[in-house]
Amino acid sequence: MEITKQEVEKVAKLARLQVTESEVAVFTKQLSQILTHVETLKKYNTDGVQPTATVLGQVNVFRDDVVRPSLSVEQALANAPEREADGFCVPKIID
Amino acid sequence: MSLHKLTLCELQRKFTAGEVTAKEIVRAYFLRIGQVEPKVKAYVTTRKEQAMVDAAALDDSLKGWRKTQPMMGMPLAIKDNLCTEGVTTTCSSQMLKNFVPPYDATVIAKLRAQGYLLLGKTNLDEFAMGSSTENSAFGPSRNPWNLHCVPGGSSGGSAAAVAADECAAALGSDTGGSIRQPAAFCGVVGLKPTYGRVSRYGLIAFASSLDQIGPITKDVADAAFLLGVIAGHDPMDSTSADVLVPDYMKALKKKDLKKLKVGIPAEFFAEGLDPEVEQAVRAAIEELKSLGGEIKEIQLPRTDAAVAVYYVIATAEASSNLARFDGVKFGLRSKDTKDLLDLYTKTRQEGFGPEVKRRIMLGTYALSSGYYEAYYGKAQVVRTLIRQDFDAAFKEVDLIVTPVTPTPAFKLGEKSEDPLQMYLSDIFTISVNLAGLPAIALPCGFSKAGLPIGLQLIGRAFQEDTLLRAAHAYEQATQWRTKKPAIR
Repeated sequence: MEITKQEVEKVAKLARLQVTESEVAVFTKQLSQILTHVETLKKYNTDGVQPTATVLGQVNVFRDDVVRPSLSVEQALANAPEREADGFCVPKIID
Repeated sequence: MSLHKLTLCELQRKFTAGEVTAKEIVRAYFLRIGQVEPKVKAYVTTRKEQAMVDAAALDDSLKGWRKTQPMMGMPLAIKDNLCTEGVTTTCSSQMLKNFVPPYDATVIAKLRAQGYLLLGKTNLDEFAMGSSTENSAFGPSRNPWNLHCVPGGSSGGSAAAVAADECAAALGSDTGGSIRQPAAFCGVVGLKPTYGRVSRYGLIAFASSLDQIGPITKDVADAAFLLGVIAGHDPMDSTSADVLVPDYMKALKKKDLKKLKVGIPAEFFAEGLDPEVEQAVRAAIEELKSLGGEIKEIQLPRTDAAVAVYYVIATAEASSNLARFDGVKFGLRSKDTKDLLDLYTKTRQEGFGPEVKRRIMLGTYALSSGYYEAYYGKAQVVRTLIRQDFDAAFKEVDLIVTPVTPTPAFKLGEKSEDPLQMYLSDIFTISVNLAGLPAIALPCGFSKAGLPIGLQLIGRAFQEDTLLRAAHAYEQATQWRTKKPAIR
């Protein structure tokens, strides 16, 4: 399966990755190789086979809704690249 | 005898008996680390001063009334994708270079509650994506048996640290072989538990349906000992299993394989297997037979699909898991960005290395509209076929024996330009993750060039005890564990 430069650029955009010209060229070649290998799965007849998302077969795991201790504001903000008062600071979204 | 040469269980007995103090242990290990670490480069972070403080506090607390716990005073190395409260956890990535977790992973909390000693955090392929540690943002670790060779990956730092006696034991994580392959390359023991056996809470997620934490140790008894400490259900991980944890040390008492049926899958002895590896594994199978194992040929016909299935499912899950690294709440943030989208894309451009980007791209592609069914959907159903192969095999046998890797450790740089070749070298380990089964890697010989060769035993879900029993019987019947690397 050959994928195009345009597809690689589109996927990078979806993945929120800025990629350089040379990265696009390399990824186009490498992803094509890998996807060609993945295409070999076509030879397996999977009609009527259920997909595996997890091996344990759990569906939902619930816990009681009780108040428990959690991280303090200071702990939660300790790794923030930028903070203001008790919040994470990000670039302005709305003008 | 120098303390650093002892196994975890030997050191534990000495410490419990009061023959050695925690301070002596830390001093001995940092002496060793000082000697060999410049060559091996197993660690991302070492904590000499802090470990000494911890050790002194521990020794003080034991004055008067000596009541110890299993892991008390035991010097461990922890893979740097496991969160350690107050200790930098980088995932060997620029993205998390300065990340100091505000909490412990459950496995760390268990060790800490027993008073273990954290020597440092070990190197890995960035975000555990790789088979050589060459994808670490901080440079590769080296194989103690040959410093020009890779230690394997992604838990290469942990395996190298154990092999070089830079810790008593280590923890790693295994998504497609990341415990077993480096253990094999470095001539040590690596155990990937059943999916759900050990809580993943605090393990920085790569592929959530495949990841599992496990021990990397100097021998099988140490692996049994350490697994017993970290295993068990955890309410903080909804995928951890509420299944009784047996006494794994008891499993080691039977020193044979009597009444065990051992399956040999023809598909694992096919083209591409290095003749020296094949010879060593075949000889190990003979040994298992002489220990009472009943050897049977079996089939795992969908083995050749495993690499393709894995690299779709693992990358799809990774593309989702790694979406959280956006420069907002923790980790790297790119400077001088003009808006929020710019902040996301530049941060991720600067923070992730080439392999992580490649896998995010592949996973995003496999999940994208128009391709989802053809790639992700198909991989999920073929995953079911791979599981069915194992289910059928385990109706006939109790254990499956295979090589861990097609070749012994390769040279640094040998495969780093060709991702597909690197992926294909995981062929013998990844189907185990896809099926969620437990497997152990242990030494079964050396190549002519002096590199270790690994044997893999695969078991039924939650039957780590059977695996450990068979691995221990084999280990005790052979002498491989007595050989140590010269490190030069």
